[in-house]
Amino acid sequence: MLEIRDLHVRLEEEDKPILKGLSLTVEAGKVHAIMGPNGSGKSTLSYVLAGRDGYEVTGGSATLDGEDLLEKEPDARAAAGLFLAFQYPVEIPGVNNMTFIRTALNAQRKARGEAEISAPDFLKQVRETAKSLNIGPEMLKRAINVGFSGGEKKRNEILQMAMLAPKMCILDETDSGLDVDAMKLVAEGVNALRAPDRGFLVITHYQRLLDHIVPDVVHIMVDGRIVETGGAELAARVEREGYGALVKATA
Amino acid sequence: MLSEKLIDDKRRTAEALLAALPLPEGESAWARDARARARSRLLDAGAPIRRDEYWKYTDPTALTAPAAPVAPAPEGGLPSALALFAGHAARRIAFVNGRQRPDLSDDAAQAGLAIAPLGEVLAHDVTWARGLFGALEAAGQEKVARPLAALNTAAATEGAALHVTGAVAEPLHLAHTQIGEGAALLRHLVRVESGGAVTLLESGIAGNTVMEIDLAPGAVLRHIRLQDAPERPTATHVFARLGAGAKFQTFTLTADGSLTRNEVVMEFAGDDAQGHIAGAVLGRGESHVDNTVFVTHGAERCESRQVFKQVLDGAAKAIFQGKIFVRQVAQKTDGYQISQSVLLSDDAEFSAKPELEIYADDVKCSHGSTTGALDEGGLFYLMARGIPLRQAEAMLVGSFVEEAVAEIADEDLREIMRARVADWMGARG
Ligand SMILES: Nc1ncnc2c1ncn2[C@@H]1O[C@H](COP(=O)(O)OP(=O)(O)OP(=O)(O)O)[C@@H](O)[C@H]1O
Ligand SMILES: [Mg+2]
Repeated sequence: MLEIRDLHVRLEEEDKPILKGLSLTVEAGKVHAIMGPNGSGKSTLSYVLAGRDGYEVTGGSATLDGEDLLEKEPDARAAAGLFLAFQYPVEIPGVNNMTFIRTALNAQRKARGEAEISAPDFLKQVRETAKSLNIGPEMLKRAINVGFSGGEKKRNEILQMAMLAPKMCILDETDSGLDVDAMKLVAEGVNALRAPDRGFLVITHYQRLLDHIVPDVVHIMVDGRIVETGGAELAARVEREGYGALVKATA
Repeated sequence: MLSEKLIDDKRRTAEALLAALPLPEGESAWARDARARARSRLLDAGAPIRRDEYWKYTDPTALTAPAAPVAPAPEGGLPSALALFAGHAARRIAFVNGRQRPDLSDDAAQAGLAIAPLGEVLAHDVTWARGLFGALEAAGQEKVARPLAALNTAAATEGAALHVTGAVAEPLHLAHTQIGEGAALLRHLVRVESGGAVTLLESGIAGNTVMEIDLAPGAVLRHIRLQDAPERPTATHVFARLGAGAKFQTFTLTADGSLTRNEVVMEFAGDDAQGHIAGAVLGRGESHVDNTVFVTHGAERCESRQVFKQVLDGAAKAIFQGKIFVRQVAQKTDGYQISQSVLLSDDAEFSAKPELEIYADDVKCSHGSTTGALDEGGLFYLMARGIPLRQAEAMLVGSFVEEAVAEIADEDLREIMRARVADWMGARG
């Protein structure tokens, strides 16, 4: 589904390489996790895939179901089925959260040549999904992420993900800032979306999240490369031993 | 300091401006007096020129070309410009080419309101009008000359005179349109007595428009203007004097237009009053919009707010000059001012000149100004959810302008302004 081959990326402004030949394939129906030390390039990978400005791809490729992602504008990538749950969701004053979600959903549908969702259908669906994530109606009415607590912002990301029903979901540290109960809710939200035609790439620092969202594959990223790939047990090893051994092994 | 030659030029231009306009006839002695004093004010100050500090950012040349009044427009159907604010329940008072047109106007009569053409009150001895006509304009010249407002007092013969004594149910809509070239002057007088409340809408503003607003203690006035792509250079002045506990709100949306200068001059004359002045500017092409505000706190515990948002594309320019002047008596003043711009192109330009002059010691005054591109992080976030660039920009612009739009009390009117902003963004292509 998501295929990243030998990806090289540097910062436009500083001429600083961040991703240094990263390869990774997420198959449909699978959950892959990426763990790695701070600054290893995990968020950079997620931003480059989603199409944020400021990065230059100097080599390699990234495709979604065989379609080149890197040539597309961010909105076209979203319409093609890519979703990024941000590590730091952006506050947008003055834009109503629910209006935003509906606008996004309809924009994607329009881009795919589908009909818009009817207002009652949307309302019903957004209310139900919000409820399952313990997001009250007042949070739907507020400006996007403005005044949301850290945990509320993360739950709002999952709400958007559930509403947009993407093919490929990238979650960048969605667990950080969540209390135990919220973590469970988020994990349930993600698990509910697991489907044979949907892939997940879960970036996290902690085994805790992976206890709830059990990954099929775990990758360790160090200094812009995947240095080790294994099963769920690899996450447990990192939790026990830290990255020290892995970093040394690749140095 | 201006050279003697420039001072001479200014006076000659002022003389020419006056000479181009006919002397009003058949007015009462007090009105003639007020006019004569205004002529002196204009001649003493001279016409504005670029070298005047107050016109540093806006070249007034297009506003000071002497012109005879535009000829009356032929009778006929309703020009579309008069239909702005359509859909909002309001009583329209229509003006075409600077002349009131009863045939295009609604019946404005409502409980709590006495309304007459300006000419009528100037021909009689109407006490409230006598104390108001030219008085606020003259007072507004204390710290800085406003010659175009003096010109209006000297020569404007048409406009609406409103005496509000109760809560007026439906807003009044002062609508103007101009067909053909020439000068169009309008002068509105508004006196709201204690217990009175009224909403005034204004659209299609005439080239030189002055409104004097006198609020008795406890009176309430809301003023909402739509300057939609004005075809001609426009200079407006709103003079407002607030009695104790009065509430005044004015909001103006200016979309494009070659040259627009809006001055709002507000004075707190009684304690505990509240005055909010807001505006939104949408500029593209070569449009030039100047909002100039002067707030005088002359009483205790008054609250003033200035909120201006400009969205500039192409080679558009916007200017905000805002001053808060706090007299020594005006303790516990609360003064706030913010002007912010979003630049959608590299050639667009915003200049802000905030000023505080404070003689009281126990006051809270703040001002701020920002200018820059749309927030990239926000744009990316919206696009990452599938919203195309133009639409994402429109959403961010809408939210940017919202702080000014939120100053409008009526939700229906807020919606009209939001829709206009969305249309304008939609037309970017
Ligand atoms: N816009 C930028 N400007 C400067 N440096 C940047 C920028 N974006 C990323 N970097 C640098 O690139 C490196 C990788 O950052 P990135 O955010 O991708 O790491 P990460 O693996 O997500 O870390 P964390 O676990 O702390 O979230 C870091 O050294 C970071 O400082
Ligand atoms: Mg990160």
